Amino acid sequence: MGYKSFDEINEKIKCGKAVVATAEEIIDIVTEKGVKQAAKEVDVVTTGTFGPMCSSGMFINFGHSEPPIRMTKVWLNDVSAYAGIAAVDAYIGATELSETRGMEYGGAHVIEDLIAGKDIKLYAESYGTDCYPRKEITTYINKNNINQAYMFNPRNVYQNYAVAANTTNRIIHTYMGTLLPNLGNVTYTTSGELSPLLNDPYYRTIGIGTRVFIGGAQGYVAWEGTQHNPGQKRGENGVPLSSAGTLALIGDIKQMDTRFIRAAVFEKYGVSMFVGVGIPIPILDEDMLIMTCIKNSEILANIYDYGVQSRNKPVLGSVSYEELRSGSIEISGKKVPTAPLSSLKKAREIAELLKQQITKGEFFITQPVASLPLENKANTLDIRGLENEKD
Amino acid sequence: MKKIKVSLYFPAAEVTKPITYHLIKDYDLQINILNADISLNRQGKLVMDMIGSEWNIESGLKYIEDQGIKYKLFTKTIIWQEEGCVHCGACTAVCPSGALQMDKESWSLTFEKEKCMICELCVKACPLKVMCVSI
Repeated sequence: MGYKSFDEINEKIKCGKAVVATAEEIIDIVTEKGVKQAAKEVDVVTTGTFGPMCSSGMFINFGHSEPPIRMTKVWLNDVSAYAGIAAVDAYIGATELSETRGMEYGGAHVIEDLIAGKDIKLYAESYGTDCYPRKEITTYINKNNINQAYMFNPRNVYQNYAVAANTTNRIIHTYMGTLLPNLGNVTYTTSGELSPLLNDPYYRTIGIGTRVFIGGAQGYVAWEGTQHNPGQKRGENGVPLSSAGTLALIGDIKQMDTRFIRAAVFEKYGVSMFVGVGIPIPILDEDMLIMTCIKNSEILANIYDYGVQSRNKPVLGSVSYEELRSGSIEISGKKVPTAPLSSLKKAREIAELLKQQITKGEFFITQPVASLPLENKANTLDIRGLENEKD
Repeated sequence: MKKIKVSLYFPAAEVTKPITYHLIKDYDLQINILNADISLNRQGKLVMDMIGSEWNIESGLKYIEDQGIKYKLFTKTIIWQEEGCVHCGACTAVCPSGALQMDKESWSLTFEKEKCMICELCVKACPLKVMCVSI
């Protein structure tokens, strides 16, 4: 039997009586008070993350021009957006590159500029129809003169992730940053003990419909994220040893703030987007509390050799987040400096802000309308002919 | 007093010379070695700060030149545009001098300009493009 239901916790939030702690603070609270007492007292634990998440983008509806146009090709600040939907709907992906500026500007920058309130140049083409006669349009849009603009990110908030190393004798440029030759460094990304899905490893409270903090706005979990792989090998504490669960998130761009969402350029890799996400975890009972007490020392991640250009990168070892945060780790007897790619400072800021919003009765928790799958097979893309094709 | 940052490039035959000893003793210069890559019978590189009177610095540089050692003055500096920084830490992955580091308590980026060797690796590695070179 649980101590509290979602409704009971929301009632306390409404009255301004909810007790909220961040996923870092809860560790000390439980050490001091014990699980039983802490589970009674604490209602919500807040988590946070601020890392580069390539699988992000934005749906946008421009409104209709006079005469109207059924846009077939769309560019925003010279970055191509997908227009194969209705007349003035488009989707711009974070990693799409500018056709005039290349890797220095991309979809993520368009999104950031729109959130910042800047004017964005819209150019669209069409073949023209009886109902949509216009064949071309050039104008400027901003967040106040368009209809909807909402972020829809197919894959965010990875539950654990790889640690990247490079054993080759040349410098390599990856989405995990610049990796120096001969194990000159390793990089890692997730906020460890503060990371949302590491605090709810079996997705008991985080599911479809969960209200989240995304980029400064209130958004929702829309679906399981792409490549959601809950079947990943797990430690005794239930925490996956490498990248596992993911979330598809949705949120209103017009409510976002560039303090919590930023475009990023990874040299010789391309454009990505730092997305700030915070998820509240209701402390329904002692079991849930124990899950949120996960420490950096208990979260392990595999080190992969990004120097090997293969889907199956060799594993060079496994390290804890405590070791990664210490500044150096050991790989095959060699001391290797570590560097984060996701901002713990920002993740903390988000968890703290979410805590304040819940305490003040501005953010309510939600019971998932459906759970995320706990079984999923990760497929690979193999090169093959048709089933009935003969050699 | 004046302070300069300089790289010294030693030909393989010159690495045995006690250059810094003479700079300190004969030219009254304060030497702070920032990076050294020197082995016997191999080309070497030494990056250091030199502090002293203008006259002593000039004489010291001339002495270096007279020993057959090439030098290059650092005229550029790295500027960290802190207001745009998200403190992700990507730059610390490539910084060879330890000038860029994460504070282990606040997890804010810290930049010790004194240690910087102006290698410019951080300029490219920064995803937010908040590290730049001043000329």
